Amino acid sequence: MTTTTPHSLAITARGMRKAYGEKTVLDGINLAVPTGTVFALLGPNGAGKTTAVKILSTLITADGGEAKVGGHDLATDPQAVRATIGVTGQFSAVDGLITGEENMLLMADLHHLSRREGRRTTAELLERFDLTDAAKKPAATYSGGMKRRLDLAMTLVGNPRIIFLDEPTSGLDPRSRHNMWDIIRDLVTSGVTVFLTTQYLEEADQLADRIAVLNDGKIAAEGTADELKRLIPGGHIRLRFTDPAAYQAAHLALSEVTRDDEALSLQIPSDGSQRELRSLLDWLDAADIEADELTVHTPDLDDVFFALTSNTNIPTQSKENAR
Amino acid sequence: MSSLTHAVRDSNTMLRRNLLHARRYPSLTLNILLTPIVLLLLFVYVFGEVMSAGIGGSGADRSDYIAYLVPGILLMTIGATPAGTAVSVSMDMTEGIIARFRTMAIHRGSVLVGHVVGSVLQSVISVVLVGAVAVAIGFRSSNATALEWIAAFGLLVLVALALTWIAVGMGMASPNPEAASNNALPLMILPLISSAFVPINAMPGWFQPIAEYQPFTPAIETLRGLLLGSEIGTNGWTTIVWCLALSALGYRWSTAQFNRDPR
Repeated sequence: MTTTTPHSLAITARGMRKAYGEKTVLDGINLAVPTGTVFALLGPNGAGKTTAVKILSTLITADGGEAKVGGHDLATDPQAVRATIGVTGQFSAVDGLITGEENMLLMADLHHLSRREGRRTTAELLERFDLTDAAKKPAATYSGGMKRRLDLAMTLVGNPRIIFLDEPTSGLDPRSRHNMWDIIRDLVTSGVTVFLTTQYLEEADQLADRIAVLNDGKIAAEGTADELKRLIPGGHIRLRFTDPAAYQAAHLALSEVTRDDEALSLQIPSDGSQRELRSLLDWLDAADIEADELTVHTPDLDDVFFALTSNTNIPTQSKENAR
Repeated sequence: MSSLTHAVRDSNTMLRRNLLHARRYPSLTLNILLTPIVLLLLFVYVFGEVMSAGIGGSGADRSDYIAYLVPGILLMTIGATPAGTAVSVSMDMTEGIIARFRTMAIHRGSVLVGHVVGSVLQSVISVVLVGAVAVAIGFRSSNATALEWIAAFGLLVLVALALTWIAVGMGMASPNPEAASNNALPLMILPLISSAFVPINAMPGWFQPIAEYQPFTPAIETLRGLLLGSEIGTNGWTTIVWCLALSALGYRWSTAQFNRDPR
């Protein structure tokens, strides 16, 4: 980050803080998002992701720190920030009482497009987001996925250079989620900077160039998806037995395992690679032990947080990065 | 584009949004119209004969009471629409679209101005409809000049504007639409305890100041003066001062709440 010039950063924040009463939501976070990239803020519910988006998109003011979006200071020139950004919130920001088309035309009017241009942009975006058939229906009657698409289509009317997406796929079914991912990928190819929040590791992995893990109001780690994955020791193979004798035998033979006597299951740390899996199977065959069930667990968000919130976090990260 | 044309254009867009809501969902508007019309018919046809004895001495009849009552009913109509506005503003503020507006480079006040202008237009339409009912059942002005009609109309718009800004503030201060409906109740109650139905001197002595020193009574008396030729006195100026003060207060209250970080 030290080699990039300030001009190429779409979003910067230093020491951003926000508290509601006694509750500190953001405890001094630093961000640097290069122009034209996708940045994901990953975290569980209540981590402060939405608050960060609300501050960066000028909806609420921070208690401390400074931030620039699109080169404009949030505190001194929020209106200039607003002119560069588009926001699609976690809760759909559409007017449910009017139709999808009317929502789009409303945005066109607020961006001061001419009537013709407004109609053209509206038709184009409705087509692109597969909403043409539903254009004349009130937005309140739309399904969750349609509402989210309309929401994003409305955000794009003003051709924003920086787009904030607050949990763009929460509550969507798998197909709608994948559609949304394709839409976001399309946006990035046109040079737009995307700042998204998510609680799904997979989503950050799929879309983001850089990921920051937000936990309890602090950035617990930041890096590319691969860098973060190396921090997570949560991958393991789980062997479950029904025969207590086999369970005991396996437990005695395997050195590095976590045992669960009640479930008769053993957890063997593993990255889930074919090589490790084969060596385990070979070993089980050789010892003539048969597990009733074998499952491979890849790291999930729980593992990320377990890893990143333990007090060995910082040395781990520097060691891993040095590899 | 200069900031003024910017403001006008954005406000106009917001106004069209609110009118679209009103046109698409007319039940709230119609609901609000019903109360003044029902009261008008009730007081004229059920209580009219009895009430007329109280206002004009022995010679008065039902038609005198219609003349007495209609200005009060018209102002009651003007008070009823903002009560609906408080509810719709409160509902609107919980909508995600308002958060979107706040993150757009639009004129900050346009959301509120759109609500106010939309509501005032609805008030005017309502007052014309209620007025038409009044004329249909026999209300006539006593030789009011064109200028007096225009002044009467201006007075109604001014009162509508003042009450609407207060109602917008009430709507924004309310945590939910139900609370907004309760908070806006004074706008419906005040006309009932004004000189709309009976003269103030027919009320108990301790109550007369309450009826006299509230905004509806001077406005009603001014309207009576303009349409029926009764004495206006200081009521005209009192009404204008009330309206300007309430408008300024409601405007400051509403915009201060809108500029605060949303809940």
